[in-house]
Amino acid sequence: MFFALLFLSTIGYFCYYLIARSEDTIQSAYNSRLDTFSERVARGEIRGSNGEVLARTVEDEEGNETREYPYANLFAHVVGYSDAGQTGLEASASKYMLESHVSVVDQVNNELNEVKNPGDNVITTLDPYLQQLAYDALGEYNGACVIMEPDTGKILAMVSKPDYDPNTIAQDWESLTSEENTSANLLNRATQGLYPPGSTFKLLTALEYIREYPDTWESYQYECQGSMTYGDSVMNCWEGHVHGLLDLRLSLANSCNTSFANIGEQIDPDSFHSLCESFFFNQELPLSSELSQTAAESSFVLNGSSGLAAMVQTAIGQGETMISPIHNAMLAAAIANGGTMMKPYVIDRIESSDGRVVEQFMPESAGKVMSAAEAETLTNFMVAVVNEGTSPSLQSDSYQVAGKTGSAEFSSNKEESHAWFIGFAPAEDPQIVISIVYENGGMGGSVATRGAKALFEGYFSRQ
Amino acid sequence: MTNLAIQAAKYVMIVLIILYTLSTFHYHRGHTHKRRNHSSGMQIFCIFALHLTGFLAIILYTGEAAMAVFYGAQVIFFILYLAFFRIFYKKASRLLINNTCMLLAISFIMLTRLNAPSAIRQFVVTVAAAAVAMVVPVIIKKTRYLWRFCWLYACIGIAALAAILAFGSTEYGANLSFSIGGLFSIQPSEFVKITFVFFVASMFQTSLSFKRVFVTTVAAALHVLILVASRDLGAALIFFISYLLMLFVATKSYLYLFGGALAGSAASVLAYQVFSHVRVRVQAWRDPMADPTGDGWQIIQSLFAIGSGGWLGVGLYQGMPETVPVIRSDFIFAGIAEEFGGIFAIALVLICLSCLLQFLWISTWMDGMFYKIIAFGLAAVYGAQVFLNIGGVIKFIPLTGVTLPFVSEGGSSIMSTFIIFGIIQGLYILKQDEVDRIEEEEKQLERRRSAVYAKRPGKGKESAGKPGERRRRDPSGRRAYQKSK
Repeated sequence: MFFALLFLSTIGYFCYYLIARSEDTIQSAYNSRLDTFSERVARGEIRGSNGEVLARTVEDEEGNETREYPYANLFAHVVGYSDAGQTGLEASASKYMLESHVSVVDQVNNELNEVKNPGDNVITTLDPYLQQLAYDALGEYNGACVIMEPDTGKILAMVSKPDYDPNTIAQDWESLTSEENTSANLLNRATQGLYPPGSTFKLLTALEYIREYPDTWESYQYECQGSMTYGDSVMNCWEGHVHGLLDLRLSLANSCNTSFANIGEQIDPDSFHSLCESFFFNQELPLSSELSQTAAESSFVLNGSSGLAAMVQTAIGQGETMISPIHNAMLAAAIANGGTMMKPYVIDRIESSDGRVVEQFMPESAGKVMSAAEAETLTNFMVAVVNEGTSPSLQSDSYQVAGKTGSAEFSSNKEESHAWFIGFAPAEDPQIVISIVYENGGMGGSVATRGAKALFEGYFSRQ
Repeated sequence: MTNLAIQAAKYVMIVLIILYTLSTFHYHRGHTHKRRNHSSGMQIFCIFALHLTGFLAIILYTGEAAMAVFYGAQVIFFILYLAFFRIFYKKASRLLINNTCMLLAISFIMLTRLNAPSAIRQFVVTVAAAAVAMVVPVIIKKTRYLWRFCWLYACIGIAALAAILAFGSTEYGANLSFSIGGLFSIQPSEFVKITFVFFVASMFQTSLSFKRVFVTTVAAALHVLILVASRDLGAALIFFISYLLMLFVATKSYLYLFGGALAGSAASVLAYQVFSHVRVRVQAWRDPMADPTGDGWQIIQSLFAIGSGGWLGVGLYQGMPETVPVIRSDFIFAGIAEEFGGIFAIALVLICLSCLLQFLWISTWMDGMFYKIIAFGLAAVYGAQVFLNIGGVIKFIPLTGVTLPFVSEGGSSIMSTFIIFGIIQGLYILKQDEVDRIEEEEKQLERRRSAVYAKRPGKGKESAGKPGERRRRDPSGRRAYQKSK
């Protein structure tokens, strides 16, 4: 009996392995079998949300296969390349494209004709129209842009600049990776780039203040003089603006540094630390597997042992805090989605080459990061940014934008800063979330506001 | 085209092994001679059909006529083996004979696919081992004083193990084998398993006093300790587990069982602390990805093979089992799972289970302590070995480096497995003779009583029998009365 049990549990474990574990296990880079799959299966296509071909394999008369990217640079980072190693979806979705789910009849037919079975196609959530808008919005700047659906986590566009042409990656490899090239074309800044969040971070500072002072935050008042001193240092508002008497909402709407420095002195750094960790700072971002492999970890270092200067700097989004563009998009999306953060994902479904759905991916929640009431309050603050604060150019008759700009200083020269915008529209029923960052885009976020304007206009004018 | 044929062969083989496996369990439940023979006929059909299908695929893929010759030689071997039993050991367990042939057929197909020359060598060794083991049942049957050699078994066993510790050649970090003339290597622990079981059985045959148990335990511990010192952990575990179970069955004392298990656990913890190679094994089991190109390599490659095969397998020659280290011996199960599929592999485990159940049934059915313990001890040795092998290969338990009986390559392994099966057949025949005698007497009794029963309508099938006597079914499905004690 004892042995029968041992045997049956062995069989049980064997089944468990085959059902639950084997899929992940065999994807390992140490499995030399993966290389041989492509000898039997013609690599499938990567497609946009409406079936546009983003990557395909073409065969010349001699049977040589090459990978073709009809949109060239446009999808370079998110789709990736596969001719010089693999990156992006070409790497993370490779397993799907090297499996074939055509009908048995077709398989037999292909076998008899000695033709490879066509691999499955990866249908993404990416929309070439929005991708082009985002690409144009970034213009000549280096930086990144993520557009996503707040209630599902679908990534509609993801651009990183500078870029490269995946069609000629093998030829360009030398120059792209040479030591003289310091622009890091191959880096997907949307998921791997880390920037100081600048004033976009004031949303979290405000949330922390609301949580620490639930009964009194609504009567918060601060008289902005245009500058304040803390310790030996001086904090100035942008271009020496004097904002006058502000409550919390208007402090955020005007992105008042002195008011937020004042808040930074009042909040508990340990509690702020744990709030940020609940928003996935200092840990792996909750991304779907095709995105998570190379994503960077955002960092938040403030804690109880930090000094006053660090607290004040951190409260306004400077200091040592770093965030990736996709993470900032997730924060804005959580506000837009009533406090529930959705896991961003790019692969909508896998289809066999004859169009049958092999696997459908569903939206997944990464957790409730704030209450619906808190989300609504922050949404109101972000509406005020547009209607009463720093970004009047985003006002429109046909939709209401909720947003927050930021300029993040990254060197001692105050003139040099990254320009941020995060936000969503329409504020009452959000359809898209935008997170865009321009490297060295200048102060005040006006570059970013212009870019966001173009994206919202483009998105809503299509409908 | 070839690939199509190979895929077709794959499905045919899966169907055949399922049929075979079902029939082995059907066999266990078979009540009558007729049904038993029907099951056996079905099994023999499955063996030959599966063997043929596998080799057709091999011949088609390699295009070598020599493979057909090799196949023919194997068929002749199977026919002779089956015929020999049919002629000389009429009363042997057909299920065990058939299981032996099925396991060998699977082994031959897989080994030929992996490496034809070494498969031929293995075939030759198998034929020799089968021929030698043919005399084992008759020895068991005729020699009634095997229990008298008690200490001789222990001396031979301990001497052989000690010699290997002192002079053996090292393989995968363990002293396992002697090399003879550079041609053959012998792994004595494979044979000492048998003398060990005989030793324990003959010790318990005479007495179960505490003193006796204590002395036996000391001798058994000596076996285990020498194996641990040779770093042959798998064999050490097999000896330990089988001793503990034999002790329990002989004494029926839970104190010994749990005390032994406790001592074993303590020893395992100690071994983990003391021996670095034990730690390496355990760590490679817990997290093979921590060192994927070093200590974790074997198990990772094995998991890749099994995972790539999935439920249905990729088909002969379509996988990459050669990437798994020692695929032909310890890891052959991974190769089978990859190319023949998970369903096939599960059926293989069930066939091993069917052998084990047959062993255990024979053990419960034997009367004398000596034979009972021998059957049970060999069952424990066989069961532990199959479990350690397959469990290790699929990462259910840490790797211990033991072979899969009848399937793995290796002369000592095949020889000792044939001997073990031969001993069991000997016991089976011994008992069968006795049962036949009793049944004959019973029939006469029945005839006399039938007049009485005929008058009662609605007689239950199972209820017929002398009141006050318990009925039990023998492993072959025939009925025998347990002797009243």
